[in-house]
Amino acid sequence: MARGEGIISGRAAGAFSAPAAALIVLFLAFPALWVIVIGFTDLTLTSVSAPSFVGLGNFSRIFHDHFFWNALKVSTGFVIGSGVIGQAGLGLLLAMMLHGEKGAVKGAIQAAAVAAWILPEVVVAYCWAAFLDADAGLLNRAITALGLPAVPWLQSHALLSIIVFNTWRGTAFSLLLFSAAIASLPPSYLETAEVLGAPAYNKFKDIILPLIRGTLLTDLILITLWTFNVFTPFLLTRGGPSFATEILPVYIYRNAFLGTFKLGFGSAAATVMLLINLGLGAFYIAAGRKR
Amino acid sequence: MKAAAIVKYALMALFLLFFIMPLCWLAVTPFSTRPSMAVALPGLTLNNFSWAWSAGARGNLLPFVSSAILSAGCMMLVVAAGSLGAYGLARSGFRGKEAALYGLVLLSSIVTGVAAMVPIYGLMLKLRLVDTYLGVVLVMAAGYLPTAVFILKDFMDGVPRSYEEAALVDGSSAWQVFRNVAFPLARPGIAVIALLAFINAWSNFLIPFILFTSHAADHYPLSVAIFRFQDEMGILKIGTIASYSLAYALPVIGVYFWISRRYGFGFFGGIKG
Repeated sequence: MARGEGIISGRAAGAFSAPAAALIVLFLAFPALWVIVIGFTDLTLTSVSAPSFVGLGNFSRIFHDHFFWNALKVSTGFVIGSGVIGQAGLGLLLAMMLHGEKGAVKGAIQAAAVAAWILPEVVVAYCWAAFLDADAGLLNRAITALGLPAVPWLQSHALLSIIVFNTWRGTAFSLLLFSAAIASLPPSYLETAEVLGAPAYNKFKDIILPLIRGTLLTDLILITLWTFNVFTPFLLTRGGPSFATEILPVYIYRNAFLGTFKLGFGSAAATVMLLINLGLGAFYIAAGRKR
Repeated sequence: MKAAAIVKYALMALFLLFFIMPLCWLAVTPFSTRPSMAVALPGLTLNNFSWAWSAGARGNLLPFVSSAILSAGCMMLVVAAGSLGAYGLARSGFRGKEAALYGLVLLSSIVTGVAAMVPIYGLMLKLRLVDTYLGVVLVMAAGYLPTAVFILKDFMDGVPRSYEEAALVDGSSAWQVFRNVAFPLARPGIAVIALLAFINAWSNFLIPFILFTSHAADHYPLSVAIFRFQDEMGILKIGTIASYSLAYALPVIGVYFWISRRYGFGFFGGIKG
């Protein structure tokens, strides 16, 4: 029987898929749509009366809230720094450096990167709080041992701290993805370049890059979306000091769940975030079509 | 050429340090006689784990029980609904199923996060499931299902259809074929998904953080409980934080170690999400 042709009836397939579909629709798809509706109301947890429709009120307040623009700015730096340059960039660089390497070095780097990636977020947040600690942290101990002055990283370089932290946290995914892509390239291409004595940069630009462009695009889509939507930095800095690390997810959390529980306002902010997500996805898909 | 090789290995050593250094604290502090933010091991002790056997051990172990309940519940729901759904998709003639699955996985990686936390909280409020295990299990399971179905469908595609076709010709119903033929054959893949669903729920912070209010502090899983330590404990309790963290992380490390032994690191590319 040909692949792709069904061996069970459409009705049976539907019945098999029903429980999963019901769960996904109710707890995944429905919230994504409902958030838009709530965004047009003044719903709070403490409001006694039923929420009323406030039109674009929440959105207008968001766009006049300088904390929103701050969060958008912080998020942009965070995504470009830790997602595009950090995770995708470092992942690609490491994948190329490790290509053809054997044994201990490759295994150790991969294992350490994967460990950083899989450990629960609460645990890695504590690890980094200790690592970056101004007085006793390992990083400052290492720096002062080299004769340089200690730096209160989480206080004076908070955004840089969460960018480096998130690069460390997520590079494994890009590293594994690019390693697989490079390993699947025809070896003769790279060998020929080697024999011809092509410099590493040309080898990368003229041989590897064109061949892994699809993988690169997939990686960038996923990394950008994940980084934009990640909540983990909150565990390390709680958005501070003085909003320096308040990425958009933390801004939404703060408005919707702290203080007066402005669920309507928070939902409007979440709607803006979903729209940005859609925009990013559409942008990358369009870029993929073009090539 | 030689200089280039030296630069390359120096860089690799630097990156290795970059990935390992932040983890040193977790490896050392739980066993340190003087736990602090520093990486220091003046002497070895197991005293930092005394919460596990001291007088109040029952309460101290409660977060482990909560995490186990949530993770096991999530695992069972994902395996049941996920294997059925994956089988339905793998064996149906529905066109566009690949694209639909990709879309779902992408959706799930965006929506379960922060963007949907308000409506998820609102929905749970309406269903009276705030502060209940069931509510958290339902949301976490739904969030992981697209990924689970995606991977399981791959496994099911790799299971030869001839056994099922023979059973169908023999007069078995589609359900019987699934239960007696397809499910047992796909068991290796299902075991992987079960473990991943378990540790995915085990590691989840945001969903229980939002859906368990302080009225249900005894329901806090490890992720939330360990996070809250920061507020409750002074500097002297760093040993407790570190030892809880290590005990909490061990199952996750174990599962990934097992999977990487069996399938290699490359396998992780598609699964964590």
